[in-house]
Amino acid sequence: MATSEEILSTLAELVYDVADVPVEDVQLDKSFVDDLDIDSLAMVEIIVGIEEKFGVTVPDDEAKNLKTVGDAVTYIEQAKA
Amino acid sequence: MSNIVITGLGATTPLGGDVASTWKALVAGTSGVTRIEEEWADGLPCQIAARAAVDPTTKVDRIRARRLDRASMMALIAAEEAWLDAGFSLAEGTDVDPDRLSVVMGTGMGGLHSLINSWDTQKGKGYRRVSPFTIPMLMANAPAANVGLLLHAKGGVHTPVSACASSNEAISNGLDILRLGRADVVVVGGTEAVIHAFPLAAFGQMQALSRRNDEPERASRPWDVDRDGFVMGEGAAVLVMETLEHAQARGARIYGRLAGAGVSADGHDMVQPDPTGEGQAKAMVKAVRDAGLQPSDIIHVNCHATSTPQGDTTEAHSMRAALGDHTAAIATGTKSMTGHLLGGAGALETMATLLALYNRVVPPTINLDNPEPDLGIDIAANTARALPAGDLAALNNSFGFGGHNVAVAVTNEFATH
Repeated sequence: MATSEEILSTLAELVYDVADVPVEDVQLDKSFVDDLDIDSLAMVEIIVGIEEKFGVTVPDDEAKNLKTVGDAVTYIEQAKA
Repeated sequence: MSNIVITGLGATTPLGGDVASTWKALVAGTSGVTRIEEEWADGLPCQIAARAAVDPTTKVDRIRARRLDRASMMALIAAEEAWLDAGFSLAEGTDVDPDRLSVVMGTGMGGLHSLINSWDTQKGKGYRRVSPFTIPMLMANAPAANVGLLLHAKGGVHTPVSACASSNEAISNGLDILRLGRADVVVVGGTEAVIHAFPLAAFGQMQALSRRNDEPERASRPWDVDRDGFVMGEGAAVLVMETLEHAQARGARIYGRLAGAGVSADGHDMVQPDPTGEGQAKAMVKAVRDAGLQPSDIIHVNCHATSTPQGDTTEAHSMRAALGDHTAAIATGTKSMTGHLLGGAGALETMATLLALYNRVVPPTINLDNPEPDLGIDIAANTARALPAGDLAALNNSFGFGGHNVAVAVTNEFATH
C-alpha cells in the first residue's frame, strides 16, 4: 500500500510529464488550475495518467472535483483502499 | 490598388533548417532525398523521401512537441524565422496592429500523423488513452491557427486546402486580403508532414511515387525520360507580405513584389491533369495579367514539375501556351532536390522564385540526364543559370489533385539589398 508521500511523488512526476510543472511545486494545497496553470485538456491527461499509474478509475463526474493536488491524493488513497 | 511586397522569409525544408541553408543547397543542386531506413517502410514500393533536414522536434520544447503535429511544428519554425526576418518582434502589438495582421497557411492533409497515431492508440488501448489534444493537432487549420497564436494575429486566420496547390492558394488569398485593404501585413505559407507508411502506400497505389529506391538522390528527375513518379517531401515555408506603403514607412528590407496571382480549375479529372494543359495555361495567363505584365516579361518559371510522366509534359505544353512557343523563360523544377512538399510546395517554390530574382540565379533541375524530346522549353538542367541585370519577372506554378491550378507572379520591383 503506497503512502501519501509516495502517491504525491508519483503524481508530481506525472504533472511534470504532462505540463512541465517542476516536481517541487506540486504540493497538497496547490490548485491544478489556479496555482499550477494546468489547462482543461492537460487536466484530462493528468486524470488518465492517474488511472494508468495507480490502477484506479476516475469517472468524469469525480474528476471535476479534483481541484487541488491534495484532492487527487485523497481520491487515490480512498480508491485504492 | 496597393503594390504588395515581400519583406520576410522563413523555411524548414529537406535541404536545410532555414532559408539561407535551403537556398544555398538549391543553387548548388543538392538532393534532399534519402532512403527510409525504418522497418515500417519495408515492403512498400516507395521507400524514399525528402525528410526535413532538421528534425522539428529538436526545435520545439518537450510539452509543445506533445501537443503539436509535425506539420504545425514546421509551420511555427518557418513563421518565426520569417517574422523575425521581416524585422518584427514576437511581442504582441509591437510592430503591427494585431487587428491588421492576418495569417493564411495552406496544407494538403493537415495533421495526418496525429490522426493516425491517435486512432492506433484508441484501437490498441481504448478511447480513454486518446489525447485530449488530438483534435487541435490533426485539424487542417491547426498550422494557421498556431502561427496566428504565435504572432498574435487577430485580423483573420485562414487555411486553403487544395492539395498540392494549397500554399500557392494561400499566397493568392493573402494578396487579395492586402489589396482589399483588410490587413496591413499577411503572413502566408504552407506546410506538410506526411512521411508515414500510410500515405506512402496510398500515393503508391495511385502509381504516383518513384520506385527508384536504390538511388534516392536520383529519383526526383523532372522532364527526364526515365522519371517514374514524385518523391514525397516534408517541410514548411512562410512569407511575410505587406503593402508597399507599410513596408516603406518602417524602412523594411524588401525582397521583391508579389505582383499577381492566377487561379483556375481544370474541370477535367480528379487526379490527372487535363492533357491539353488548358487549365494550367489559364492560371499562368491570369497571373501575368494580374501582375500588369506581358507574357514576354516572364524570364523564369519555377514549374510544378513533380517528376511524374504525364504532369511534366503537360506543364511544358501549358507554359508554351501561356507564354508563347518561343518563350525565353528559364524553367526549373526544384522538386528534383526538395521532393514534393505537397501543401507546402507552393510557398517553398514561390520563395525560391523570389530569391532567384533577388539573387539573379535560377536553381537547377538536377538529374536531367536525358530530357524528354520536343518539350520546347529552356530548362536550367543540372547547373544553376544566371539571370541578367535589370527588371525581372517570374512565375511559380502549383497544381493539385482536384484540378486546382494556381500561378503566382513575382518581380524584383522595390527590392532592396
